[in-house]
Amino acid sequence: MATHLDDPRIVEFDVRTDEMLVNMGPQHPSTHGVLRVVLRTDGEVVSEVEPHIGYLHRCAEKIGENLTPRQWIPYTDRMDYLAGMNMNLGWSLVVEKLLNYQLPEKARHLRVIIAEMGRIASHLVGMGAYGLDLGTFSPFLYAFREREKILDLFEEACGARLTYSYLTPGGATADLPRGWLQKCEAFLAQFEPVIAEYHALLTTNAIFVQRTAGIGVLSAEKAIDYGCSGPVLRGSGVDHDLRRDGEARYTEMYDGYAFEIIVEKNGSYPKDHDYPAVPREAVLGDCWHRFYVRMLEVVQSIDLVRTAIDRYSQATGDWGTPIKLTQKLPKGEAYLETEAPRGQMGFYLVSDGGSIPWRARARSSSFCNLSVTSELCRGCLIADVPAIIGSLDIVMGEIDR
Amino acid sequence: MSGPTLLQSLQKRFGDRITGASLEALDPWIEVAPEGLVEVCQYLKHDPNLRFDMLNCISGVDYCEPDPKKAAKAPFQPHMEVVYHLSSTVKKHTLVLKVMLPRWQDDVPGNLPEVPSVAGVWRTADWHEREVYDLSGVNFVGHPDLRRILCPEDWVGYPLRKDYEMPLEYHGIRGR
Repeated sequence: MATHLDDPRIVEFDVRTDEMLVNMGPQHPSTHGVLRVVLRTDGEVVSEVEPHIGYLHRCAEKIGENLTPRQWIPYTDRMDYLAGMNMNLGWSLVVEKLLNYQLPEKARHLRVIIAEMGRIASHLVGMGAYGLDLGTFSPFLYAFREREKILDLFEEACGARLTYSYLTPGGATADLPRGWLQKCEAFLAQFEPVIAEYHALLTTNAIFVQRTAGIGVLSAEKAIDYGCSGPVLRGSGVDHDLRRDGEARYTEMYDGYAFEIIVEKNGSYPKDHDYPAVPREAVLGDCWHRFYVRMLEVVQSIDLVRTAIDRYSQATGDWGTPIKLTQKLPKGEAYLETEAPRGQMGFYLVSDGGSIPWRARARSSSFCNLSVTSELCRGCLIADVPAIIGSLDIVMGEIDR
Repeated sequence: MSGPTLLQSLQKRFGDRITGASLEALDPWIEVAPEGLVEVCQYLKHDPNLRFDMLNCISGVDYCEPDPKKAAKAPFQPHMEVVYHLSSTVKKHTLVLKVMLPRWQDDVPGNLPEVPSVAGVWRTADWHEREVYDLSGVNFVGHPDLRRILCPEDWVGYPLRKDYEMPLEYHGIRGR
């Protein structure tokens, strides 16, 4: 049969391009570490995304089977290296759960101060790096300027700037140094107004909104089904935060603290502070909302730290004595999840009665958050892939362990 | 629903596919036979009173004493446990399921023990099962894409097994 060029089917056939496999990473700057993503694209449109992980696998769980719980603390630092304090906390709590160790009141407040400061530092990196992913450099510098001050405070408390090993089963390795609380309060007072700058630079920036609003929409059902947690889950409108809904051993740390979970309820976020309005283009569950939840959590953490400082200075007793390095663990097993900055970080400890765990397992929040990428990126443009992966705020150290 | 009532209702519904439980444990757990796992999980997820909509973690635990001198005195029979930690974002409760497997299917070393995949119930299971397969060596039957996830594709052995031995060499890299 003779065909004519003006047959629309033929013309369409002619312009259709071949599918192409594009390799992103593992050294791509916007993959937050060593993540390799293989994209199947048709022109600019991505039809399939497959993350390849494991480049940072350091056998942390196997090492945990050969060390006592206190010796494993430094390895938890190196999982989520942007929130080492929160990793220490998760492992400490699960060891204490197995030992049925009652933490002194002062230690609980100390942990709230440290954990929430860690959350602020982590979200600052998340925010700054997200700006980098989208092609703007200055928010990163603004974020790191403030994060440095938190790291200085941490350094004063424990001597390290990134891998702290500060919170430990039984409490903390040392009390906060004299004058630390005042410095912390001074930092918070200085930091709180700065957040408006971040909102001006990113949250309400027209280009930023265009790049993130309505991109990578994750429905609440999908988020739960994929096991997403933290800001990714709450950005999809699921009212779930382990600081309120977790196990008693963890939530008792936050007993009596007034805080509202940052989640969109009935079309609006909590209004306890002056937050910028949600732009019209934004859809619940998109990249913009995930970013926004993080920004609001920073403000929430400031409030929590302030309350914790008050309570800590009023509390009597000590900051908790660390357990012995070779403390024998009772036979049994314990699992506990905490609300780390990136989501629910779980630790599973199985003991055969010796001082070295039979099995130490880390359930990583970023691991589940990343697994949703292929779902989110289907049908998006190549330029949106870094925007989507960046909005999940992953840390490869935690994913690969 | 409290632990004992949940266990009773599961036993009534699934009979001998619920093979054991420990409600006194720190995290009370229920043991399920591998052949009933998917059905039990479907029920736990969709029952309006339970609503375990989130699968938090799947872990493989290898019970094996590699040292032959200590093996006779080991307080357990060699076996493999797959542990499922579930929670509900609606009801805010948690549950632990366990599946006991032989270390090797039919006791033939190299034959991975088999358990049905729950990737069709919770999508989280997809990557978690790949990880357990990769590190502990459990074959999840019915998994959509069961291959190694953290270790390289050509890795030999299952590192989190207690009798695993580090390779001496990997692509020219000295192991020990």
